[in-house]
Amino acid sequence: MPRLSRDETTPVRFTLNGAPVSGRAEPRRLLSDFLRNECGATGTHVGCEHGVCGACTIRIGGTMARSCLTLAVQAEGATIETVEGLAPQPGRLSVLQEAFRRHHALQCGFCTAGILMSLDTLFLDEPDAGEVRIRDVLGGHLCRCTGYEPIVQAAIDAQSRLRSGNTDV
Amino acid sequence: MDLGVAAGSGRHTGTSRLRVEDAALLCGSGKFIDDLAEPVNLAHAAILRSSEPHALIRSVNVGRARELPGVHAIITGEDVRNLSSPLVVGVKLPMECWPIAIDRVRYFGEPVAIVVACNRYVAEDALDLIEIDYEPLPAVVTPQAALDQANPPLHDAVGSNLVNERRFSYGDPDAAFAAAARRIAISVAYPRNAVTPIETYGVVARYDPHEASYDVTANFQGPFSIHAVLSRALKVPGNRLRLRTPPDSGGSFGVKQGVFPSIVLIALAARVASRPVKWIEDRLEHLTASVSATNRLVTLEAAVEADGRMTALSWDQVEDVGAYLRAPEPATLYRMHGNMTGAYAIPNVAIRNRVVVTNKTPTGLNRGFGGPQVYFALERLTAKIATELGLDPIAVIRRNLIPANAFPYRTATGALYDSGDYAGALDAALRDGRYAQLLTRRDAMRAQGRLYGIGHAAVVEPSVSNMGYVSTVMTPAERMKAGPKNGAQATATVALDPLGSVSVHVASVPQGQGHRTVLGQVVADVLGIRPDDVQVVTDLDTARDAWSIASGNYSSRFAPAVSGTAKLAAERIRDKLAAIAAAQLNVTVEDVNFADGKVSASGNPDNAIPFGRLAAASHWAPATIGDDAAQALRETVYWTPPQLSAPDAQDGVNSSLCHGFIFDFCGVEIERETGRVVIDRYVTMHDCGTILHPGMVDGQVRGGFANAIGAAFYEEYAYGADGALLAGTFADYLVPTVAEVPAPDILHFETASPFTPLGAKGVGEGNCMSTPVALANAVSDALGVGVERLPMTPSMIRALCSEAEPARPASVTPPASAPEPATGGRGLTGSGDARFPATRQELWDTLLDPDTLARIIPGCHSVARVSDTHFRADVTLGVGPVKGRYTVDVELSDLVEPASATLSGTARGALGSGSGHGHVRLEETGEGTRLSYDYEARVGGKVAAVGGRLLDGAARMVIGQFFKALGRHASKASGSSSMPGWLAWLFGGAR
Repeated sequence: MPRLSRDETTPVRFTLNGAPVSGRAEPRRLLSDFLRNECGATGTHVGCEHGVCGACTIRIGGTMARSCLTLAVQAEGATIETVEGLAPQPGRLSVLQEAFRRHHALQCGFCTAGILMSLDTLFLDEPDAGEVRIRDVLGGHLCRCTGYEPIVQAAIDAQSRLRSGNTDV
Repeated sequence: MDLGVAAGSGRHTGTSRLRVEDAALLCGSGKFIDDLAEPVNLAHAAILRSSEPHALIRSVNVGRARELPGVHAIITGEDVRNLSSPLVVGVKLPMECWPIAIDRVRYFGEPVAIVVACNRYVAEDALDLIEIDYEPLPAVVTPQAALDQANPPLHDAVGSNLVNERRFSYGDPDAAFAAAARRIAISVAYPRNAVTPIETYGVVARYDPHEASYDVTANFQGPFSIHAVLSRALKVPGNRLRLRTPPDSGGSFGVKQGVFPSIVLIALAARVASRPVKWIEDRLEHLTASVSATNRLVTLEAAVEADGRMTALSWDQVEDVGAYLRAPEPATLYRMHGNMTGAYAIPNVAIRNRVVVTNKTPTGLNRGFGGPQVYFALERLTAKIATELGLDPIAVIRRNLIPANAFPYRTATGALYDSGDYAGALDAALRDGRYAQLLTRRDAMRAQGRLYGIGHAAVVEPSVSNMGYVSTVMTPAERMKAGPKNGAQATATVALDPLGSVSVHVASVPQGQGHRTVLGQVVADVLGIRPDDVQVVTDLDTARDAWSIASGNYSSRFAPAVSGTAKLAAERIRDKLAAIAAAQLNVTVEDVNFADGKVSASGNPDNAIPFGRLAAASHWAPATIGDDAAQALRETVYWTPPQLSAPDAQDGVNSSLCHGFIFDFCGVEIERETGRVVIDRYVTMHDCGTILHPGMVDGQVRGGFANAIGAAFYEEYAYGADGALLAGTFADYLVPTVAEVPAPDILHFETASPFTPLGAKGVGEGNCMSTPVALANAVSDALGVGVERLPMTPSMIRALCSEAEPARPASVTPPASAPEPATGGRGLTGSGDARFPATRQELWDTLLDPDTLARIIPGCHSVARVSDTHFRADVTLGVGPVKGRYTVDVELSDLVEPASATLSGTARGALGSGSGHGHVRLEETGEGTRLSYDYEARVGGKVAAVGGRLLDGAARMVIGQFFKALGRHASKASGSSSMPGWLAWLFGGAR
C-alpha cells in the first residue's frame, strides 16, 4: 500500500463514465470536490458533507457511494459513474430520467443527481425490486421540494418500463 | 400522476406541460452557483464563527493564520466596520446590525473573521490558527427570559431585549368580550425551524477599485428591496452594486433571502483581498447560522357565542427574532397582519405584538412566513372552542367562515380578500375527501381501544406581499414621517428578435418552481405560437434587467403577479403586431387573429402572415411601420396592483393581494408504546384561483406538505439553556425522508382572483400553514389533551398520554448508562477502569509528567506545567465531522499520592468549549495497578451542535487510545497514578 504524505499531492487516475481521467489530489481531498473541481463533473452536488442528504451519491465499482465521504485517493484505479453518464446520448434522456420528468419528480433538481444514481444502481442490481425496496433506497436521500411521492411514482414507472422492455416514452 | 403534454396549439395555460427546466437538471448540467465558470484568480473564503452564544471579544489574533502559505487575506470585524455601514434595521432603534461580530458575539455561529485563501481547504486550515479570546456573558435564550428586565440587554444602547411593542384595536373588542357568552383562550409556542434547502448559500464577489463598484453573484432569492440594504451597507450607490443570480438555485423556501449579510462580507473580502472571492456555505454553517423561522409565544383568546361563533379575538404575540432585528424582520410578525382572523368573519380584534431579541441566530424568510405561527394558535383555538362547547369542530368552522357573497371582503385588520367560496370548498372537501368514512373509521379504531384522532384546519393563504406591510410596526405618526411604502412591482419583458422568435425575461429568480415552463405557456397563448417557441430567462442581473424592490421569489407571487405581468407584456407586443398586421392584411385591428403560429384575418385564414415574419418586421423594415411608438421590438411592463395601498391611519393594512383558501382534515393514530404518530389519511383542499399548471400546483402542495410534516414532528433548531445550538447536523436537525411523508389526497376548487391578470393566486406556502396545526388538532383529539407546542416528538406525545408508559418488554435491555444532560450544552458522563503492569507510584509519576503526557495523549501537541497542580495542554482531536485544536486547562485537587485525585478543567477552542470534573483512583493489585475513573462534563459550541450524539462514543475512544498508549509506556518504563482517564477525556471529549 502506498504511503501518502499529508502535504503532497498524489496522482489519481480512474475511469469516469467510461473515459479515463487523471489529476492530483492531496490525501484529504474529497472525491466530491475532485469530481467537481478537477474533473469538471459538476452534476454531482454536495448538500451536507456528512453523508446524510445523499445528493452526492455516485457509483464506484458498481456500488452506490457517498462521494462526500470518500477521499479522491481512494478512487485510484476505480470505475466511477455519475449523473453525467446516465443519458444515452446528448439531447436524450434515459428511461429513468424521462420518468422523472413525466412525474414531476424534481423541482430544483439539486438532490436529483444522487437520487438518480441510487435508483439506477438499484435497478441494475435488483431488476425486480418492489416498491418497498424502492422506498428503502430513497430513504437515503433528502428532498425538500417534491414531497417524495412523485419520485416514488417515477421510479415505479421507470422500473416497470425497464422490465417490460417498453422504453418508449 | 402522469402529467401528460398539451396537445395541439390551443390554450396551453392550465395544462401540465413538461417542464423545460428538467432535461438539463436530470443530466447534471444545471447551472447552480458552484457550477459556474470561475475567474482564474478566484480565491476561496471560509468564515470563522463564534463558539460562544454571548461573549465580549477581548482579542482577535490572526497572526499565525496570516502566515499560513496560501492565505491571501483575513478580514475581521474591525475591517468590516472601517469599510462598510451596518445593515439597515427596519425599526427605529439604536441597534447596530453588522454582518459580523464587532467587539461582541451575540449568537453561536456569528461570523467573527473571514479567511481568503487559495482554496477552501487552506482557508479552513487558517481558521484553526485564529485565536479569539472571549469573555463569556450570560446568554438570554428564551423569549420569556428576554421579557425579564432582570436579564442584561443584548444591545446596551437599546437597553432592553424587548425591542418593539405595538398594540392594535380594530372594531370594539372590549365590548365584544364583555358581551360574550364565553371567553376561550389558548397559549401555544411555535418552534424555530426552517425548510433548509439542500443547496446551501453561495456568493461570488469582485470589487473594481477604479469605479468603486461591486459585482456579486449569489443564490439570493429576493426580495430585491434587500439590494438597497446591501448598497447602503457597502456604501455605494445602487448602480455600483451589480447583483446577479445564477440560472439555477437548489431550493430556497424563503431561506436564501438570508444569504444577504454574507454578500456584504464576501464583497468586502474581495475588496480587501484584491481578487474575486467565492464562498460556498457548508451544511454545518447553514444549520447553525443561516436563518430560521421565528419562534413565537402566542396567547389567543376569543369571545364566543354559545353556537361557536367568534365575535372577537385578542392576540398577544411575543416574537423572538434572535440576536438582531435583521431586515426584513419584524416582517414575520406583520406579514399576516391583515389575516389575523384567518378564514373567519370576526369583526373585532385586539392585538399586542412584542418583538424580543435573544442569543440565537437572527431569523428571516421561511416558507409560510408568519402563517404557521398564526394558524397554530388560531386553529388550535377553533378546535378548543368546539371541544369546550361540545360542538362538532366542522360546525364551528362553518359558522365562522366568511360567506361567499361577502367577497371582496375587508377583514377587521384591513386585508381585502379577493375571492372565495369557503363553505363551498369545505363541503366539496368533506364530500370528495370522504370525511364521513373517516369518522366511521375513528369510531372503529377507538372501539378496538386504539388512540385515533381527527384534526382540521381552515386557512387563508395570503400571496403577493404588499411591500408596505412591515411599516405597520411603526405608529401612524412614524409612518407619516417616513413616507408611505406600498405596492408590489412585478416586471416582465417580452422581446422579438430579427428572426421573429420570442424571448421573455422576468425578475422572478425561481429555485426550482418551473417558472420558465409556465411563462412559455402564458406568452404562447397570447401570441398564438407554441410554448416551445418561447425562450424564457428568469435569473436577474440588476445592471441589465428590469427589476424593482418586489422582484424575487417569495410570498408565492409568481403565478398571481409575475406570470400575469408577462401576459400583459405579451399583450402589449401583440397589440403592436396587430396594428402592423392590420395594415398588411387590409383589415381592422380588431379582426387580426393570432393562432397556430400565424397572424391572420378573422374569418379568412388564407389571408395570413407567418408570425415570425411579422415579428421580425420592426427590425428589418421599421420605416414602413411608422413612428417609434408603433415598433414591435421589446415591451417591458411594470405592474403593481392598486389594492396594495399603504397601511392607513387606523393601522388597517392590506398585507397581501391574493388570498387562497385551504381546508385540511386528517386522521392519525398514536402508538401507545412509542408515542409515534402515524398519519392514516390526509386530505388537503386548495382554492388558489385559476390554476396555470396543475402538475406544478400539486408539486407545491406536496412539497409544502412534506415541509410541514417536518415542522409538526421532527424539525427544531433546539438550543441548550446556555445558548448552545443542539441541532447542527442532519443527524440532529431531522428532515423527513420518504419514510416519514405520506402522500396527501389533493383536492381543488377554483375561484378566480379578480385582482390578478390571470385570475391566479399563490399556492406555495399554504400547507406549511395548515398542516402542522391540522396534525396537532388530530393528535389532541386522539389524546384528549391539547397540544400546545411543536414539534410533536415521541417523548412529547408520551408525556401527554394520560396512561402510564407500558412496561418495557422483557427482551429489551436498557442502555447501561443514560447520560443525563447537565445545565445547557451537551451533558456527558462516564466511568471505567484499566489495569497496568506498574506500581501506583510509577503510574502517578508518569501522569504528572508533562513530557510523558504529551507523548501519550491522542492528538497532543504539548503539555505545559503551569504549576504543580495545573497543567495546560494543546491538543487536536475530532468528533464526528468536526476536528479542531483546543487549549485544555486541568487543575488537580484532593491529591492523595499515589491513591486518588480530583481533576477539574476547561477546554477552549474555535469549535467549542467544555468544562467538568472527574475522579481518579489507583489501587494496587497483584499484577500491578488498577486505575478507575469517573467524570461528568458539559460541552458547548460547535462540538455540541454537530458532534453531540457522537460525544460519548468519541470520549470512550479517546480514553481507550490513551490507555493503550499509557499501557505501552507503563510496560516500557515506569508508571503510576491518577489523572489519565479524565484528562484524556477532556482532551478528546471537548472537541
